[in-house]
Amino acid sequence: MEFFHKVTTYPFMHTRRVWYGVSTLALITSVVLLFWHGLNLGIDFTGGVVLEFGYPQAADIERTRHALEQEGYNESQAHVQHFGDERGIMVRLLPHDNQDVNAVSAEITEALKRFDPQVELRRAEVVGPQVGGELTNQGGLAVMFTFILIGIYTWFRFQWKMGVAAVVATLHDPLIILGFFAVTGITFDLSVLAAILAVIGYSLNDTVVVFDRVRENFHSMRKATPEQIMDASINQTLSRTIITSGATLLVVIVLLIEGGETLRGFSWALTIGILVGTYSSIYVAGALALDMKLTARDLMPPQEKGKEVDAMP
Amino acid sequence: MYHFATWKYWLVISVLVIGTLFALPNIYGEGPSLQLSRNDRQAIDESGLTQVSGLLQAQSIQPEAAYLQKDRLVLRFETAEQQGKARDAIGKAAPGEYLVALASAPRMPEFLRKMGFKPMSLGLDLRGGVHFVYEVDVDAAVQQSLERLDRDARATLREKRIPYSTVTTSNDVVHVALRSNDDVAAALEALKTPDGGLVFTTATSETGPVIEIRLTPAEIKRRQDQAVQQNITTLRNRVDELGVSEPIITRQAIKRIVVQLPGVQDPNEAIRVLGATATVEFRLVDENNDPYQAERTKRVPISSKLYKMTEGRPILLKRDIIATGEQLSDATSGFSEGQPEVNVTLDSRGGQEMFNATRENVGRRMAVVYIEKKHLAEGERCEGVRTGETCTEERVISAATIQSVLSSRFRITGLQASEARELALLLRSGALAAPQTIVEQRSVGPSLGQDNIDRGVRAMVIGLILTFIFMAVYYRAFGWVANAVLASNLVLTVGLLSMLQASLSLPGIAAVVFHLGIAVDANILIYERIREELRAGNSPLAAINVGFDKAFATIADSNVTTLIAGVVLFAFGTGTIRSFAIVMTLGILTSLFTSVVGSRALVHFIWGRRRRLEHLSI
Repeated sequence: MEFFHKVTTYPFMHTRRVWYGVSTLALITSVVLLFWHGLNLGIDFTGGVVLEFGYPQAADIERTRHALEQEGYNESQAHVQHFGDERGIMVRLLPHDNQDVNAVSAEITEALKRFDPQVELRRAEVVGPQVGGELTNQGGLAVMFTFILIGIYTWFRFQWKMGVAAVVATLHDPLIILGFFAVTGITFDLSVLAAILAVIGYSLNDTVVVFDRVRENFHSMRKATPEQIMDASINQTLSRTIITSGATLLVVIVLLIEGGETLRGFSWALTIGILVGTYSSIYVAGALALDMKLTARDLMPPQEKGKEVDAMP
Repeated sequence: MYHFATWKYWLVISVLVIGTLFALPNIYGEGPSLQLSRNDRQAIDESGLTQVSGLLQAQSIQPEAAYLQKDRLVLRFETAEQQGKARDAIGKAAPGEYLVALASAPRMPEFLRKMGFKPMSLGLDLRGGVHFVYEVDVDAAVQQSLERLDRDARATLREKRIPYSTVTTSNDVVHVALRSNDDVAAALEALKTPDGGLVFTTATSETGPVIEIRLTPAEIKRRQDQAVQQNITTLRNRVDELGVSEPIITRQAIKRIVVQLPGVQDPNEAIRVLGATATVEFRLVDENNDPYQAERTKRVPISSKLYKMTEGRPILLKRDIIATGEQLSDATSGFSEGQPEVNVTLDSRGGQEMFNATRENVGRRMAVVYIEKKHLAEGERCEGVRTGETCTEERVISAATIQSVLSSRFRITGLQASEARELALLLRSGALAAPQTIVEQRSVGPSLGQDNIDRGVRAMVIGLILTFIFMAVYYRAFGWVANAVLASNLVLTVGLLSMLQASLSLPGIAAVVFHLGIAVDANILIYERIREELRAGNSPLAAINVGFDKAFATIADSNVTTLIAGVVLFAFGTGTIRSFAIVMTLGILTSLFTSVVGSRALVHFIWGRRRRLEHLSI
């Protein structure tokens, strides 16, 4: 079977201005949402207490709230929601000064046991606020280092214009993912951060495949304009781009459906990341490199002076 | 026909065989087991194995396997019910002889175990258990060093008969105020320690010369380091006492300690035992003064110190300590005449001092002071002396008449049964060098762990099947090559993870699933290239060769970028993130090998050896 029996000739670059607009709009929306709405940060970052309980039958959120209120935790202090299926609930407490978090988790478990002795504490996580703060810093540092290293690599391996274009394209993707998390309010925890870093790697992978072909085509298609070369390169790799994205998307969607609540945020980040990453390697990386006036000369190997010297008698 | 070096076939085959061997233990799963270690910390040998097997046989309990592993005895059972029965049987037949931990042991056949193969080590989110991160208060350790310096300075000057007016400590500096300028040189000489690490400066104040003693930055770092190391050692001893199998205790960053206890259900008991700092001191009772009067007037004789008995009565004890908990070599708890007691054994120095003190004081009373240091939570009240956030509570648990001369072995009474058990444990494991607080705590129930494994494995299997079908339909015969490569890639990743014993968490499994998608990419790049070459009019064999060659550069470039992300994740991440990063990095390496070398070998094996090849099934 073959979806692309002949090499396609879609004029991708022709519409790039339109897509710049779309990308810019999406980026601005993401940033605005990030500041306005913010992320629903998990306790990995904020610190606090998360308790997950399992009931043998469907859990009653209202009763749980009631039980907690009797212990002196009102809704603003203890957030209760379903977790996974209807038999699971999650109680989350924000970090609070002057409290022994271990005692708090024991107290809540006791309170729920009094209402229903069959309740089972499935998971308890207590993260001190100082750890949360450090993780936020470390996460930021990790993302930054990834960009720096990737920028250096593409610069050396290709050329600085392509390096810049690749980094901008990869910067574009995590921002969109962050925007998605701000809109949906899905909990942003450490595993989502890991997924974002994986997406950075993945999206760049896509970009590199296109750029590799661009470099090759600048050598073989001497008469073509840079725009023609960019279009040809994207078209030639289009089959691979779509098949790979499709295959990866396939397994990630399986993860989204089958992976359970714990991996929900992680799987969403990957799903969005693969879609956006595929798009950005064409319309952000490719288009930017073109508009930075990438020419055949940029990609010619520098004249090696040593050879001339050797040739002299 | 193109030449393909024979050694490459052998390379691929041997890597696959080794990888499969390492991955093999994982398919057998785990069974309920008991892990026994001797209470006296001796290694269990063959005779112990025979003894335990014998007493289990007497109860007609038949373990599936019984073997020695690192000084411990592992007994694996078919069902959890048998496991419980066996634990009770051992507890009854040989009371107090063994520490028995409930655990699970791999079900792999004996020959694999004897060859040293192990299944992947599962993270706590997959097997259940508790996870703590402690932060050691290293500044307190430095403060303790300064206090010791302060004390030593006084003692040294007294010993050398150098007159001084005061010795005070403030802002990490010990100030020694001398009476006369003539003594400065002698004092400096006396105070210098052979191991260095101290900086001495002299100054003059209104009252006379002052020597300032500071710790060098290197020394401060060394002492902080030592405190963390000492705490780790103590934690390790205490975890051993708890009888947890396969605990992980590691240092994280400069002053954090990670403790992972698989299988432990109740974090609170573990927290209490791991975090407690209790010790004892032995002092003589001051019989010459009235403790009630001292309490009322708040005037305590200079050579004595006022304490409270457990029931609240005041008591005066001599300032000089006979022995402390640090001089203990062993402590066990038990009962005599229905009273809980702790049997202690002092080391040689402590024993000598105890001997001297009791010989001179037969008929007088000796007291045991129980000292507990707690790290206060915000708002918690401190019953004793408060320094910063640490609360030191001291109480006299017994004051008994010395009947005869004591030496290195004796017993302490006057405690509750649980207190006696805990004191013995704490005395045995040593003290914590610096206070520590829990900054992170996670616990996962065993059912959730199994749930996570099931979900992860199901996602992986479905993902794998879908990818197989997709590749076979889209690339036909070559698709099956890709599938074989993908399968061997999975086996190699699992094999590597088993070999490195890096712990696999749920995000790790997710990384394996995500990786299935990435891993086919290399094959897709190659096959698309081959198709392109075919379209360009190349012969099938030429297309295969050119396809592999041209795709290689792209595959390498694109994998390096993902590798960079993986390495950064590994460097910055901890815990589950690190697990994700390890799987991702290993996955990229294995997929590079399998798709570039392995896939090429397989393609050559199938198509490359033919003299004429008209058509490719791609």
